[in-house]
Formats: sequence, structure tokens, C-alpha cells
Amino acid sequence: MKIAVCIKRVPDTETRIKISADGKSIDESGVKFVINPFDEYAVEEALKLREQADGEVVAVCLGSDASQETIRTALAMGADRGVLIKAEHVPEDPLVVARALAAELEQGGYDLILFGKLSIDNYDQAVGTMVAELLGLPSVSAITRLEVTDNRATAQREVEGGLEVIEFSLPAIVTAEKGLNEPRYPALRGIMLAKKKPLDIKDVELDAGGIEILGLSLPPDRKDGRIVGEGPEAVTALVDALRNEAKVI
Amino acid sequence: MPGVLAVLEQRDGVVKRVSHEALAAARALADDLGCDVHGLLIGPPNTSGDGLGEYGADKVLASRDAELELYQASRYGQIAAEQVTAGGYDAVVLAATSLGKDLGPRIAARLGCPLASDVTSLTGTDGIVVTRPVFAGKANRRMKITTTPSVISVRTNAFAPGSHARPGVFEEISAGGEMKPSDARTVAVKAPENAALDVAEAGIVVSGGRGLKEAEHFKLVEDLAQALGGAVGASRAVVDAGWRPHSEQVGQTGKTVSPNLYVALGISGAIQHLAGMRTAKVIVAVNKDPDAPIFKVADYGVVGDLFEIVPRLIEEIKRAKEG
Repeated sequence: MKIAVCIKRVPDTETRIKISADGKSIDESGVKFVINPFDEYAVEEALKLREQADGEVVAVCLGSDASQETIRTALAMGADRGVLIKAEHVPEDPLVVARALAAELEQGGYDLILFGKLSIDNYDQAVGTMVAELLGLPSVSAITRLEVTDNRATAQREVEGGLEVIEFSLPAIVTAEKGLNEPRYPALRGIMLAKKKPLDIKDVELDAGGIEILGLSLPPDRKDGRIVGEGPEAVTALVDALRNEAKVI
Repeated sequence: MPGVLAVLEQRDGVVKRVSHEALAAARALADDLGCDVHGLLIGPPNTSGDGLGEYGADKVLASRDAELELYQASRYGQIAAEQVTAGGYDAVVLAATSLGKDLGPRIAARLGCPLASDVTSLTGTDGIVVTRPVFAGKANRRMKITTTPSVISVRTNAFAPGSHARPGVFEEISAGGEMKPSDARTVAVKAPENAALDVAEAGIVVSGGRGLKEAEHFKLVEDLAQALGGAVGASRAVVDAGWRPHSEQVGQTGKTVSPNLYVALGISGAIQHLAGMRTAKVIVAVNKDPDAPIFKVADYGVVGDLFEIVPRLIEEIKRAKEG
């Protein structure tokens, strides 16, 4: 089974966002970058499938040179090789990203392509599903369960008030939600091996897309609150405030 | 005349409230652009389009077929994309639900047009300009859509359903072809493992963190949620520890919530957690550490031992509700 996992380099969840001088992007100084957390579930699922059915896992990433480190993380987890589609800046327009990835993935002959359900920076939840549409492949987004038997698969996704069960055939695309599995930590041996695994670097021409960024701003500060009191004695004052001041209960 | 197409969501043939919100956003945009709003209803044969004029629809196009009862991604995508092309619409608006977050990208990819997801405000007075949270709400991005058409999904609770007197003329349209064997097919919707209120949809959320010390102590969180009529939420730490299901997680790798009341019990307030709940109307925090960052965003804080405070709080809330 030939599997691709699409990953992205993103600011760590603990990042405190600062706006850069252009007023349109974040100030990256001092920011720690990591593999997108949802992509770790995708990598883990790919590795589990390879253990079950043999084959190859390829980590594909659109990003700057620094994304090589992100690909190495996936290789250290156990992916076999990496492909970096080199772009100085990852566009904010998800369709532009999807087109670039689709062009790369189309030639790969993959049985299954996995993505994280969204990247925690742009928060679009779109690219994996768009790639599926561009390639004409069946796809299921935000899955919490996947079973593959030969070229048939069943996935589950959480929706408001229920769990959808979806059947499809391979080749296909799925995007991973938290809960799909427990991603493994790269072991020291994996990290050492990762350094020697092949990593292809390819150039890409990105189209202009249809989105122009006008500005990025921090959300307004919340108005100052107050400490109602200490210990159980403060409960009466709290309930009174919620009832008569905030009027929420 | 081109217009705005609002793709509406139904359950058991009844249009959902989130789609009234999508109609409100579509109406506001259409008024700026000077055009009509058409609602597109995809669902089973008994799906009703009654009363949608009051929410702002000039026309309601219904694509109804037994095979469309459950969300079938490829067929829904095909019907919507073909309608956009046939009707020459300027924009498509839909609710950013689990369905909308899957369908929106499909429509945009089929049309080769831009997508703006989870939008919290939009105007059409100088081209289409939208604002949407990024980094799970740590920042807001304003962007202009530079090509036509476009697809816009709107965040739940960001647009209030309107009160209009539009005709809402009902028209049956083609339900498209049958599904192909190669299409992914939704075969069932199962009830969730715990039938609790979804944390993302609840008006009141009570969340617990590591301060609960043990999974069993989450009973306190559940009891307070029940007393308040709210949903249970959880911090990333306790989800990663396996105490709670990931579906309850609030924060950058979980759900973003905007309830009327958010109660944080034993949650210190890591920045990724604050990103997921800072737009709540009222925030209450109970924590033993007076310097915990959660108190910086809380409207009302109580410092102390939650095992002493919460039982008393449950008792007093029950009494207040009875009285």
C-alpha cells in the first residue's frame, strides 16, 4: 500500500501571537515551530496501515526550507521518505495550496492520502477535501476511526449530535481528527535513521488565488473582571453576581 | 440578476437554526451587493422550505431525493456547484458546521473559486470583505475576495437570524444524478457514545482541568453542568491524560466555544485553552492559585479549593433555580 501524508509546519500551540510590522502577518521572531498537531494523527494512522499492509509512507509538505525539519519529524516517527514542495510563503488561500499539492500527489500512484483535519494557524479545514475534489477521489474529513480491508474502507466522523459512518473505496483521501489514534513519539533510533532517509526538494509555481489579506489584528482584550472572594464563603456572592449582574443563570 | 446562494442544512427534513443564521449573513451581503438571496435546500422528499422568506430568502430552490436524506458529500457538492454555475451567483454562503466545513471546500474546489471559512463578519459595499479568526481565535484576519464567485462559511452564533418579509418562492430543482459506486457513501448516523449536549453548541459550558486531580472527580464538573443545564468541557491536559473524550476538549486543538457562560474549574489557563473560550460572554474561574492566567480573562473568580467550592456552588445554584 502506497500512502502519502501531507503535513505542515506551524507555530506551536503555546505561541503568543504578535503582529508583524506589515500588519498582515504574525511576527515569527522567537516563535517555536512544530509539525501541525492534527498532522501527527495522520502520520500515525499511515504508519499503522503500513504495519498492517506493508508498503511505503511518503511525507509531503508545502513550505519553506525550514519545513525540512517538519518532514524530518515525520521521518523520525517512521515515514519512509519526504517531499518538500518549496514555497517561501505558504499562501492563505486554501485552493492555491490544494492545487500545488494535487499536482504533486496526482503523479504518486497513492492508494491513500492523509491530512490533518486542519492546520492550527489558518484554521481553514479545507485543503485535504479540496485536493480530493481536484483529483476526483472519494474523501472523508475529520475522521475519528478508519478501517481498511483490501481496497474498501469505512470511516467515522463526529457531527453535531451523532457519528457518521461512511464507506468508500481506495484510492481515497481522509483527514484526521484528534481521537483517531495516539501518535507515537519519535524514538532516538528513529531520529538517527530519519537523517539518512531521502528527502526530495521540488520547486513550484503558485497561482495568485482569489484572496487578498487586508490585515491581521489581535482580538480585543476582555474587560477587567474581579475576584469575588476566597473559598466556599464566596459562593453566595458569585451566584448573586451571575444572577443579578451578569444575568446568565 | 446574480445573487447570493445560501446552502441550507436540514435534519429530518427540517431546516436547522444555523441555516437561518446563514440566511441572515447571505441577506446582509445581498443587500450590500444589491441582489437577491436564494436558499438551496438539499434533503429528503419531505424537506420543507416553508417560512424561509421570513429569514431573508427571495426564493427557495429545493433539490429533494430519498438518497439525500443523509449528507452525501459528492452529490451535495455536485448539486450545489452546478446550481452556482447555472444561476451565475456572486457568492455562496453556508453555516460552518461539520457539514458546512466539508461541503464548502468541495463547492469551492469544483468551481475553482476562493473559500473563506468560519467567517464572523462580512460586507459587500466595496467588494466582498470578510473577517475570520485564525490561530483558533488568537488573531483575526481581514481579507478581500478578489474573484467571483466565492464560497463563505459563517461561524455559529456570529449572525443572528433576521426577521424579513421576503417572498421565499418555492421551486423544485433537479436532484442531480444517482451516486456513483466510486463515491464515498454515508451509510448511517449513529447516536454518539455519550448522548450529552455538544460543547460547541451549548449556551453554558462547565470545563474541568488538571485541578480535578483524578478522572473520577469529573463527577463534580458533570454535576455542576447538570445543575446549570450546560455541557461538559475539558482542558487538553485531561483529554491527553485519557480522563475525558477529545470531543469535549476546548482550545486550539479542540473546540472553539462562545457560550453565554463558561465556568473553568481547576484550569490554569494555558494560552491554547484561552484561545478556545475567550469569546464567551461571561467567564467564571475557580482555581487555588490566585496567579493562574485564567483569572486574567475571568469576569468572576473564586480563589480556593474547588472540592470545597464546587459542591457549595451546585447546592446554591439548585436553590437559586428553585427559588
